[in-house]
Amino acid sequence: MSEIAKTTTVPTAEEILAPSPMQLLLGRTIGHAGITIGGTILLIMLFMALFAPLIAPFDPYDQELSRRLIPPVWHDKGTWTHVLGTDGFGRDYLSRIIYGSQISLMIGFLAMLISGIIGTVMGVAAGYFGGRVDMIIMFFITTRLAMPVILVALAIVALIGSSLEIVILVLGFLIWDRFAVVMRSATQQVRSMDYVTAAQALGCSTMRIIMGEIMPNIVNALIVVATLEVAHAVLLEAALSFLGLGVQPPQPSWGLMISEGKGYMLFKPWVIGIPGTAIFLLVLAINLLGDGIRDVTAPENRN
Amino acid sequence: MLIYTLKRLGVALLVAFAVSMITFTLLRFSGDPAAAMAGEAATEEDISYIRKHYGFDRPLPEQYAKWLGNALQGDFGNSIYLKVPVAGVIAEKAPVTMKLGAFALTFALVLAIPLGVLAAIRPNSIFDRVALTIAVVGQALPSFFFALIMIIFFGVTMRWLPISGSASWKNFIMPSIALGYYATPAIMRLTRAGMLDVLASDYIRTARAKGLRPGVVLFKHALRNAIIPVVSLSAVQLGFMLGGSIVIETIFSLNGLGNLAWLSIQRSDFEMMQAIVLSVATFYILLTFLADLLNAFLDPRIRVG
Repeated sequence: MSEIAKTTTVPTAEEILAPSPMQLLLGRTIGHAGITIGGTILLIMLFMALFAPLIAPFDPYDQELSRRLIPPVWHDKGTWTHVLGTDGFGRDYLSRIIYGSQISLMIGFLAMLISGIIGTVMGVAAGYFGGRVDMIIMFFITTRLAMPVILVALAIVALIGSSLEIVILVLGFLIWDRFAVVMRSATQQVRSMDYVTAAQALGCSTMRIIMGEIMPNIVNALIVVATLEVAHAVLLEAALSFLGLGVQPPQPSWGLMISEGKGYMLFKPWVIGIPGTAIFLLVLAINLLGDGIRDVTAPENRN
Repeated sequence: MLIYTLKRLGVALLVAFAVSMITFTLLRFSGDPAAAMAGEAATEEDISYIRKHYGFDRPLPEQYAKWLGNALQGDFGNSIYLKVPVAGVIAEKAPVTMKLGAFALTFALVLAIPLGVLAAIRPNSIFDRVALTIAVVGQALPSFFFALIMIIFFGVTMRWLPISGSASWKNFIMPSIALGYYATPAIMRLTRAGMLDVLASDYIRTARAKGLRPGVVLFKHALRNAIIPVVSLSAVQLGFMLGGSIVIETIFSLNGLGNLAWLSIQRSDFEMMQAIVLSVATFYILLTFLADLLNAFLDPRIRVG
C-alpha cells in the first residue's frame, strides 16, 4: 500500500488543504501590521480627497474675520462648529485639511507617474541592453544625483512661476533616479533567466520580450519604488509650498498652511501642528504600505 | 589603484561638466535674465539694452561657452542684485553651510550607527524596534515641521537654545538635528543590514571559534567591514544635506549658502543661483569621488574589479 501511495499522482490531504500562493499572499497582507495601519490611513485620506465637497463642513476658501484663530475642539475655548479651529483668515481648518488631501495626493501621484515612466524606461533599457546603453544611462543617473533637488526645483519654479501643474512637472522630471536605479538592477537579474533566453531563441521582438517577459517579473519592485516616490513627492511639495514657491494661496496645501500659520505658532502651536500632523500621517502611511508590499512580495518570502 | 583613480576622476569631471550645462540651460530657458535685471519698472528699450550689453541675445551655446570659460578661471560673473563678484559671496557664505552639514552628518552618524549595530546584534529585540520606529518616523516627518516644533519647544518654551542667527555653536544645534535627522534612517538601515550580513559570515564564526572576546569580534572584525558601505552613503547624504539646507537655513536665519540661495531666488539673481547650484553639485561630486577612493582603499575588491 505504501508503495502505491508513493508513486501515485493523487495529491495528499495536506497538499489539497495547503493554502495556495494567492491565499498565503492574502493572509500575509491582512496580517501585516504595516500594511494594515498604512492602508487604513491611506484609505481615509483617499476618501477625504474624493468626497471632499460632501464631507467638508465649510467652504475651505470662505473667510470670516470675526471667527479668526478659533482653537480646535480639545482646547478650552474650542467649539464643535469648527472641530479643528480656524486659521488667521477665519477659514475652517478641518475643511482646509480635507481639501488639502486632494492637493497632496494629486501632486504625489502625478509626479510619481511622470518620474516612474522616465525612470522605468531608462532603468529597463540600461538593464536589458547593458554595455554602452548602460554606461550612458548610468551617466545620466549620476548627473541627476549630483543636482540638488530642492535647490533646482526652487530655482525653476521661481523663474517659470509657481502653480500646481508646474510643481507636478518639475518634481516629475527631477525624482526619477530611484526608479531608474531599481528597475536597472531588477532587469539585470531577470534578463539572464532561462525564459528570457527562450523568448530570444524563439525570435520574439525586443519590445515583446521586455513587455511580456521582463516587465511582469519586475513589477513588484516597481510598485514598491512607486509608493516610496509618492511619499517623496508629497514631502517635496510640502517643502516647496512651505517656502512659498509651490502651491499658491489661497489653495489649501498642507505645506502652505504651515507657512501661513508660522506667524502665530508661538501662541497657537496647533496652527502648524494640525497640517504638520496631516503631512506626517500621509507620508507615514504611504511608507508603511510600501515597506509592507516589499515584505509581502519579496521573492525570498514567497511560499 | 592609480588606474581606478584616473577613471573615476574622468567620470567626475564629465558629470560636473554635464551638470553645469544642464543648470545653465535650465535657468536660461526658465526665465529672461534681462527682464529680471532691469526690474519691474523697466521699459522695453531698457530690457533690450541690457540683453545686448550682457550678451543675452547671443545663441545659447555661445553664452554657455563664454560662461564656462570664465568659470574655469574662477570668475562666475557678477551678482545681478549685489553687483559684486558671485565667487566672493559664495566663498564667504560656504563655511556656515559646511559647518551645518558637518554637524548634521555627525549627529546622524552618532545616532544611526550605534542603533544600527544594536539592532543587528539583537534582531527583533527592543533595540531593533526602537531603531525601526525612529527610521519610520524619521522618513515621514518633514524637516521644516520638525524644525518649527523644536523652535517652539527648545527655543521659546524652554529657552534653552537660540532660534536664529549663526553667532555661536549653540545656534547650530537645532538646525543640525533638523537636517541630520532625515539622514538617520538610511544610515541606520545600511549599518543594520551590513552588520547582519557580516555577522553571518565565516570569518566571524572563525573569530568566535578562536575564543576571541565578543567585543573584539564585534568591533575589530565585524563593524570594520560592515561600515564600508556607510562611508559612501555618508558622502551622498552630506551632499543631499547641503542641497536641502536651504529649507533649514531659511527657518533658522543661518547665514549660509542655503539662505543666500533663498534670497537670490527672491531677487531673481540668475548668476548667483547658477553658481550656488553648481557649487553644491560640484561639492557633491567631489564628496562621492573621495568616498569611492576611500572605499577602494578600504576594500581591495572594488579597485581590482
